[in-house]
Amino acid sequence: MLRIDIEKCIGCGECEEVCSFGAITIVDDKARVDEESCTLCGTCVDTCPEGALSIEKEGAEELDLSSWKGVWVVSEIKNGLFSPVTFELLGKARELADARNVPLTAILMGYGLRDKADELISRGADRVIVVDSKRLSDFIDDAYARVLAHLAKKEMPEIIIAGATATGRAFIPQVATILETGLTADCTGLEIDKESGQLLQTRPAFGGNLMATIICDTRRPQMATVRPHVLKALEPDTSRKGEIVDFEPPSELLDSRIKVVESVTEEQKGPGLTETEIVVTAGRGLEKKENLKLVEELARCLDGAVGATRAITDAGWISHSHQVGQTGVTVSPRLYVACGVSGAIQHLVGMQGSEIIVAINKDKDAPIFDIATYGIVGDVKEILPILSKKICKERGLD
Amino acid sequence: MPEDKVMNIVVCIKQVPDAESVKWDHKTGTLIRDGVKSVINPFDYHAIEAALTLKDELGAKVTAVTMGPPQAEEAIREAMSMGVDEGVVVSDRAFAGSDTLATTYTLSRAIKRLGDVHAVFCGKQAIDGDTAQVGPGLAVRLGIPCVTYVSEMEVINGGKGLRLKRLKEDGFDMVEVDFPVLVTTLSTLNTPRVPSLKAKMKAKRAKIPVWTAGDIGADKKRIGLNGSPTKVHSTYIPKFEAKREFLEGSPEEQVDALIKRLKEAGVI
Amino acid sequence: MAKVNYFLTEEQQMIVDLAHQIAVEKIIPVRARLDEIEEFPWDIMKDLAQADLFGLYIPEEYGGLGGGCFENCLAVEQLAYGCIAVTTTFAASALGAYPIVLFGNEEQKERYLSDIASGRRLAAFGLTEAGAGSDAAGIKTTAVEDGDYWVLNGTKQWITNGGEAEVYTIIALTDKNKGARGASAFIVEKGDEGFSFGKKEKKMGLRASATRELIFSDCRIPKDRLLGRRGAGFIIAMKTLDLARPGIGAIAVGLSQAALDESVNYARQRVQFGQPIISFQAIQHMLADMATQIEASRALVYAIARTIDAGEKDISKLSAMAKLFPTDVAMKVTTDAVQILGGYGYMKEYPVEKMMRDAKILQIYEGTNQIQRNVIGQALNKEYARR
Repeated sequence: MLRIDIEKCIGCGECEEVCSFGAITIVDDKARVDEESCTLCGTCVDTCPEGALSIEKEGAEELDLSSWKGVWVVSEIKNGLFSPVTFELLGKARELADARNVPLTAILMGYGLRDKADELISRGADRVIVVDSKRLSDFIDDAYARVLAHLAKKEMPEIIIAGATATGRAFIPQVATILETGLTADCTGLEIDKESGQLLQTRPAFGGNLMATIICDTRRPQMATVRPHVLKALEPDTSRKGEIVDFEPPSELLDSRIKVVESVTEEQKGPGLTETEIVVTAGRGLEKKENLKLVEELARCLDGAVGATRAITDAGWISHSHQVGQTGVTVSPRLYVACGVSGAIQHLVGMQGSEIIVAINKDKDAPIFDIATYGIVGDVKEILPILSKKICKERGLD
Repeated sequence: MPEDKVMNIVVCIKQVPDAESVKWDHKTGTLIRDGVKSVINPFDYHAIEAALTLKDELGAKVTAVTMGPPQAEEAIREAMSMGVDEGVVVSDRAFAGSDTLATTYTLSRAIKRLGDVHAVFCGKQAIDGDTAQVGPGLAVRLGIPCVTYVSEMEVINGGKGLRLKRLKEDGFDMVEVDFPVLVTTLSTLNTPRVPSLKAKMKAKRAKIPVWTAGDIGADKKRIGLNGSPTKVHSTYIPKFEAKREFLEGSPEEQVDALIKRLKEAGVI
Repeated sequence: MAKVNYFLTEEQQMIVDLAHQIAVEKIIPVRARLDEIEEFPWDIMKDLAQADLFGLYIPEEYGGLGGGCFENCLAVEQLAYGCIAVTTTFAASALGAYPIVLFGNEEQKERYLSDIASGRRLAAFGLTEAGAGSDAAGIKTTAVEDGDYWVLNGTKQWITNGGEAEVYTIIALTDKNKGARGASAFIVEKGDEGFSFGKKEKKMGLRASATRELIFSDCRIPKDRLLGRRGAGFIIAMKTLDLARPGIGAIAVGLSQAALDESVNYARQRVQFGQPIISFQAIQHMLADMATQIEASRALVYAIARTIDAGEKDISKLSAMAKLFPTDVAMKVTTDAVQILGGYGYMKEYPVEKMMRDAKILQIYEGTNQIQRNVIGQALNKEYARR
């Protein structure tokens, strides 16, 4: 807890000003802390000119971890629909909750979403906590983070998992920091260790050359974000029953200096890279920009999306949003066609989860063939037109 | 924030192994460390440029902060050669083993030592860890709002705040926020400027301060391994399946063989 | 393998590193496009300004770095490794600025040099006319005193940066009958009354650089635009060119090096008759000659540039040598590069055909290589007469 040395405190109000949670007030020229709101973030401790504030540290080992129970999934809504990753998370979280013999709770934050709660139950949740507020209608990083952290402190779940999406990756780290706990980003696997009961969180390291399993055994909750498209969702079961709980957050948690003035959903041309089942990727082997159309044509024939290696996007042939790999997006389609891609590790880590990998490359020693299902050694400029023509014919397109 | 003082901008940078020079031996499962160069994390160049753009527009002192081994001062010098005014290396053996929680604590202590800060810029993520957690976590520690994945930036309110375009998977938000704020930058935000000769010469001669745990008044329990709740439990080398089948013959035959297999697999 | 040690200072090495970085990051990715669409490289000029390179040869009191001929050579060599059209644009600004650096009065220096050093204003140099190429004395442009003004009439031809630059150093006849002492140098600004530009020329190479006519028709400029003393025009032009020629040599070295790099890389990976073509002696010998001639060029340029910076006065012969040899080498090296790349070398997809087209101008501009030989030959004659 936060301790205030009344002898040292001069009532200057510095701590009151910096506290993001409104937990400190100056009463009779002395700081006073509201323990309910205090997150122990330590900002005030660092600010106090007199050194009057301190956070009493229970050594990490002494923390009573056993009082933290339950598995939470943070759901995510886009344009009124749950992102697929939400259901993927629920599918895995169901396993985790069963392994720990605890309930699975889904958190639903936003505005006007209450009627969506049932869908979360049908996908595996035992309980849904709905935080419904007009002030959550826009995604505001710090407000979302404070609400979730507040809930977590109150309810003390053992595990919190969320999607490694633009929003998840933005506010979940804030939650973990407020809670002073560990967070593993971009996991590709989650399991409960049978002996210790710890959450084993697996993620790629060193650009995917190594898979590292991370644990957080001294703090709670155990937190992780998980890449979309790596876990399997459960089929919806509308007969499932569950509890829906409303939670009204203290209004000061929703105060933010960030103002969303416009929120725009962009029309996607063709299927999105991460949503499609087929990706056709352009690599340096195409040699010049004009040949990019060979890849685009094959993608059209397959009704897939166009990907590109970093070399191609850096050269400005196509926008960076098409880049597959470590610094781009991760895809795991059913079919991945690598055209003139040499297969640098930074690229491989972004597509290795693909089910069938077809590699077309002049150089039979190119690393891309190491992970390919089918390899064609040949000139992409020659192969692609033939392939496009035959596939179009096969699928009855022109 | 005080009105009369010069604007204070901090840019957080990290030295990472050059992705181009890192090679991995798949057979033995080891990193080939020979000839691996250290470079500034690519996304951080855009954070530096954003800070300098703001400096050009509003006038400011830009300080680069990096946490790492003493050699990380090279990253500071490079930032200074682009126009960053000063830099600090936060370095101490006691920081070893820091996860993102300990890192944000350490960086926040260093930044607080720099005084009131109006804006902090971080790259969207570092290419060695790829966590994207330090920016948002640091914002919490500093008690300031954070806007991530920013691809456009404009000064508003007469120099008191920013309008930012924050990218999401399916679109974007335009957000407005007054200083102080922490921004994480995408590579589409700007084109980093080239170094200037004068700044390069200045950077070469500059004495780069190194701040230890003691200098930033860090709590020993919150730094390095002690302050890092996550730990590596085990690692393994991902198997790149070599069940590969080369399709032989003329281009026509290769294509026919491929289509046959794709049809069998039911993908077309 | 060891490289030749040219004993660069720390600062000189910085210039090399920075200019090389700009060539690789900013110039090479766009050079083919700039060549194709003949676009003036304004974006790169901004990068060069940001990098302080326009101030390299300008004295420190005017915001420059106070570097000499050698520093300039180091910078243009690296830039030319990327593209010599871009580099020529940069170098032409130096050519326009040198007369002000060398002969300008305090007021003129104050007025122009800090803007040129910062890259806010680009400069150009105007001597050549339709009837006055190698025979510079044949110029017809005149400048006549009229009260507080000079009035210029005539047309300058093939002026690099014409139309893009803001500041022009112009050589015009002030006393037709005085022969070599009959010309003077003037500073003309874009926007001056009676000063206009002809169309942009279409060129074989160097296509990203702008080459235009400068047209003076009753162009009135204030008296204080006279540069140096009246009658010193040709001396100013010759001193300027003497100082600039090693820079052309350095551009040739950079271009040759780029062509060699392309050639070796290609020869190592191109397989014919079952082996990389670099394993054939026919190719090896070509590459060996290229590499040796390039290093000889570089050593010559560096040595002469350093001699000039050491304060040597009578530099016409040396400066001519520093231009002559490297530019002839560049023509040969780029031609051989195309030969080594064969059919690919002849295609626009590969950079060497542009290098070969670009190289030709090096033997022509800033004094044809025939004129350089004349200068060297005459100097030898003079030198041996004194013995």
